[in-house]
Amino acid sequence: MNLHHARRAFTGILLRELLRFFGQRERLLAALVRPLIWLFVFAAGFRTILGVSIQPPYETYVLYEVYIAPGLCGMILLFSTMQGALAMVYDQEMGSMRVLLVSPLPRWYLLACKLVAIVLVACLQVYVFLGIARFWDVDPPLWGYLAALPAFFAAGLMLGALGLLLSSLIQQLESFAGVMNFVIFPMFFASSALYPLWRMRESSELLYQICAFNPFTHAVELVRFALYLQVAWSELAWTLGWTTLFLATALWGYSPVKGFLARTGKGE
Amino acid sequence: MSERPPALRVEGVSFAYTKCIKALDRVSFTVPQASFTGLLGPNGAGKTTLMALVTRLFSGTGAIEVAGRDLARDPCAALATMGVVFQRPTLDLDLTVERNLRYAAALYGLAGREAETRISAVLERLGVADRRRAPVRTLSGGLRRRVELARALLHGPSLLILDEPTVGLDIDSRRALVEHVHALCREGSLAALWTTHLVDELAAEDRVVVLDRGRVVAEGTVGEVVRAAGASSLAQAYHRLTGRQMVAE
Repeated sequence: MNLHHARRAFTGILLRELLRFFGQRERLLAALVRPLIWLFVFAAGFRTILGVSIQPPYETYVLYEVYIAPGLCGMILLFSTMQGALAMVYDQEMGSMRVLLVSPLPRWYLLACKLVAIVLVACLQVYVFLGIARFWDVDPPLWGYLAALPAFFAAGLMLGALGLLLSSLIQQLESFAGVMNFVIFPMFFASSALYPLWRMRESSELLYQICAFNPFTHAVELVRFALYLQVAWSELAWTLGWTTLFLATALWGYSPVKGFLARTGKGE
Repeated sequence: MSERPPALRVEGVSFAYTKCIKALDRVSFTVPQASFTGLLGPNGAGKTTLMALVTRLFSGTGAIEVAGRDLARDPCAALATMGVVFQRPTLDLDLTVERNLRYAAALYGLAGREAETRISAVLERLGVADRRRAPVRTLSGGLRRRVELARALLHGPSLLILDEPTVGLDIDSRRALVEHVHALCREGSLAALWTTHLVDELAAEDRVVVLDRGRVVAEGTVGEVVRAAGASSLAQAYHRLTGRQMVAE
């Protein structure tokens, strides 16, 4: 693989992703309004009911807004990468995914470029959200914003790899509504994004186990600790493990020899 | 001096979506350099599957070589010499013509002044230079097709694959596209493989491959295929070979 060629292709793919994102203002607005409503309305309403005791990485009692902020960052990454996957299903239906797949570069590289571009656009949205949230008492240490970047990226990569996998499985755009119901919402609610897991354990051990297994929980905790300048090693290992699994299956799904494209005739 | 390899060589290619039904069965044909080859066949004959194999969206059994480069063993080199116009429109409607072409240029490793020069040249050549900064959404179907052809030609391929490129075009746009690709082939640097249902898209000097139920039932120049079928026209030959009527304009 020629390095100049590879670099130019990545730049082209990233630029297209950015142009498409900023070209659709309602998408940018939706990406921000959703977590901000949770922060301004939901958190304000529930702060008295859902008290959070001292737990790492926080050194003191924190407001509920502060607790759910990393979960909302995760929410942005989740929705944005799934939307990226949705665009890939749309691209497959419309055919523009084929333009990418017939370019003279290894297929794994092209899909990796696409994935990284989707994740970087998602990270950008997270920073805009955190910028606004700072005026709402969500004020992690300034260095935390920088330290969290690799965590945002790793979490985004894991969720994006899952999206990529789903996009290779889904045959029609209509099926994507099912993904919202069966993947995004369960992942978000059955996680530590909105409530600490020990609270979940108080009500149901089974639910607690499900939440603890949920890849999204690991991603959110990784982000939570990173924002407060700590590394959650086991969460990092889980996140990378899930990423590898999702990515390997997604690449298999897009492989011209064995993949779902050939098996289902989606490439037609 | 050694002879140049054909622009495309398809040898014993088979493909099945399920174990019982073969979409393609030992398909073999060649597209010589600088030729216009029409791939004819009724719906369900396997044309689009063959196109997906030639562009490596799928892999089947058998061998496919593009300008002497094996598609399975050296896919990047083979794909680099190929330009593709897909059956369905594949342009980004919200981006401008130029942005669409810049994206394609980047995928083929072209950037900066080189990309700029090539984009200007292909747009000029296809008569869409004045719409360069227009969003694709604002273009007519015929113009969009021309932009897709411009995109496929951007990196100077030696083989152009066109999968029913005239679907949905009005008569004038269709004729213009057919003539343009014929002119490119006559210039000598490009070969085209063009799938169609329409008899009037092929000229007397063109080559033709007739596909029916996943098999090649005839191959040669239009004259050769007509003579071999004992017919008086290509439409009649097609009818005899496939049992279907060919669509005229």
